[in-house]
Amino acid sequence: MISPDLSRRYFKAKLFRVFCMSVSWMGVLILGVLLYHVCREGLPWLDMQFLEDFPSRFPKKAGINSALFGTLWLISFTALFSVPIGIGAGVYLEEFETKNAFSRFVDLNISNLAGVPSIVYGMLGMVIFVRFFGLEESVLAGAMTMSLLILPVIIISTREALRAVPGTIRQAAFALGATRWQTVYAHVLPQAFPGILTGIILALSRAIGETAPLIMIGALTYVAFVPEGPMDEFTALPIQIFNWASRPQQEFHELAAAGILVLLAVLLLMNSIAVIIRHRLENKNQ
Amino acid sequence: MQSSELILDKSVISLKGSKRWSEEIIKGILFLCSLLSVLTTFAIVWILVKEAGVFFQEVSAFDFLFGTRWAPLLEPRSFGVLPLVCGTLLIVVGTALFALPVGLATAIYLSEYAPSKLRSILKPLLEVLAGIPTVVYGYFALTFVTPMMRLVSDEVQIFNAASASIVVGIMILPMVASLCDDTLRAVPDSLRQGAYAVGATPLEVNIGVVVPSALSGIMASFVLALSRAIGETMAVTLAAGATPKMTADPFVAIQTMTAYIVQVSLGDAPAGEIGYQTIFAVSALLFVITLCMNIFSSKLLRRFREVYE
Repeated sequence: MISPDLSRRYFKAKLFRVFCMSVSWMGVLILGVLLYHVCREGLPWLDMQFLEDFPSRFPKKAGINSALFGTLWLISFTALFSVPIGIGAGVYLEEFETKNAFSRFVDLNISNLAGVPSIVYGMLGMVIFVRFFGLEESVLAGAMTMSLLILPVIIISTREALRAVPGTIRQAAFALGATRWQTVYAHVLPQAFPGILTGIILALSRAIGETAPLIMIGALTYVAFVPEGPMDEFTALPIQIFNWASRPQQEFHELAAAGILVLLAVLLLMNSIAVIIRHRLENKNQ
Repeated sequence: MQSSELILDKSVISLKGSKRWSEEIIKGILFLCSLLSVLTTFAIVWILVKEAGVFFQEVSAFDFLFGTRWAPLLEPRSFGVLPLVCGTLLIVVGTALFALPVGLATAIYLSEYAPSKLRSILKPLLEVLAGIPTVVYGYFALTFVTPMMRLVSDEVQIFNAASASIVVGIMILPMVASLCDDTLRAVPDSLRQGAYAVGATPLEVNIGVVVPSALSGIMASFVLALSRAIGETMAVTLAAGATPKMTADPFVAIQTMTAYIVQVSLGDAPAGEIGYQTIFAVSALLFVITLCMNIFSSKLLRRFREVYE
């Protein structure tokens, strides 16, 4: 029963507002604590030697060189596979597909794929790419596994970006006699590009941080060389961090923190490049 | 200007032929791209069914699903998956206790109270939390959350479910907040205005009218977020331990389904070994559980959309 006492009711309402507000800022506070903790542990270890050296049993000599380059190799090949296929699939589903039972099935399928745990993709990569195709624990096998993992994200964001392009643009192109592909390629895609790019960067950022699928396909945790080709064995930043963090010694935990700083720096760099490109494109389009 | 002339020119040329082959080829290539996602699903189901099938020839499904001892790598072997399910459940319950109320309260603040300027700062900041890799959360649990908990009580083990649940909760918090925020904002303003008109306070409007109207959408985001927590791997592997155990005590070491899969694959289980087959049986179970939750969540969301959109 609602109490007739007005001032009491308004006091409660005020209290609730303050509660919601402080809880919301708690998330930001946690983010701050996390970053502070990582910086405090990791910053003293972060120097050129750390970036140039390979992993070692001795914390003082250990570095992250092979993991950093492994991640760069991995992410380049992942982008090479997933970006064209993801955009292609998004364009097909949004611009070419007529609504029927098959398209509904594909829709449902993609949204379910987006919810499959990453470790299951790791099992898929292990059986199909590593064993069946015989790619061993190579950069190529890792990149293909990662591509499958992030494809749903790219497809979904591509479709959303395409949907945001007004239909009048397509109609104008059709009216001038352009074919569907000409319309999409010359008019719709350039308009949708900033949105698509955001989705791609988001997806690739996820791929950079994913650890479990790489462990499943057997990416080595101790690699003292930089990959020179797509068939080479590799390690990656998150795997190296996992390896250090799972050791009991305090020094290795601090190395893990330094590794995390490198990982976060790579992510930050990628996201800022995306923001800049997007900003430029949006200005150009207007 | 130049590009549109070019297009006009091309289309005139291609009109001479009866069929535009280049157009058909491009369409075919794009179709293959979208077919890949269907193939991925089939491949996942196929490998899980095939490899788990080998496992279930040796161990009965009943022993697997209802056995209470999980020791697939040590003699005497035992393949009851319940301890792993129990470990996962413990993580999910802990995560839910933290992330669901906090996420919902954040969403209420974002959609109902926060001025739009503040909202445009707070929301991206929270999304940064979702962008941090899970292995970082594992590290955070192990080197910050657990030591904090051990300061309070000596009973807390180095590896424990509570610490892992807290970081998994932090991880899915932005997802809960953002999805709930979307559903709350989809509730029509007329409902709020009606409630204010009969003299309700903001609290009564939010808790009595807005949240109940958005309930199926809120539930959908809860289920989706918890399915994410079930599939979470690195944080629980690092922080929750590797001891399969039937326990409700959140302060001792346990093992989740995902952590077990990682443990076996780090040990390089040879193909064809029963230990290797177990990870497919466990993944199949994981896949079925998360798939059911995702489908249930999208059903709930569709019901919500039918009412308001």
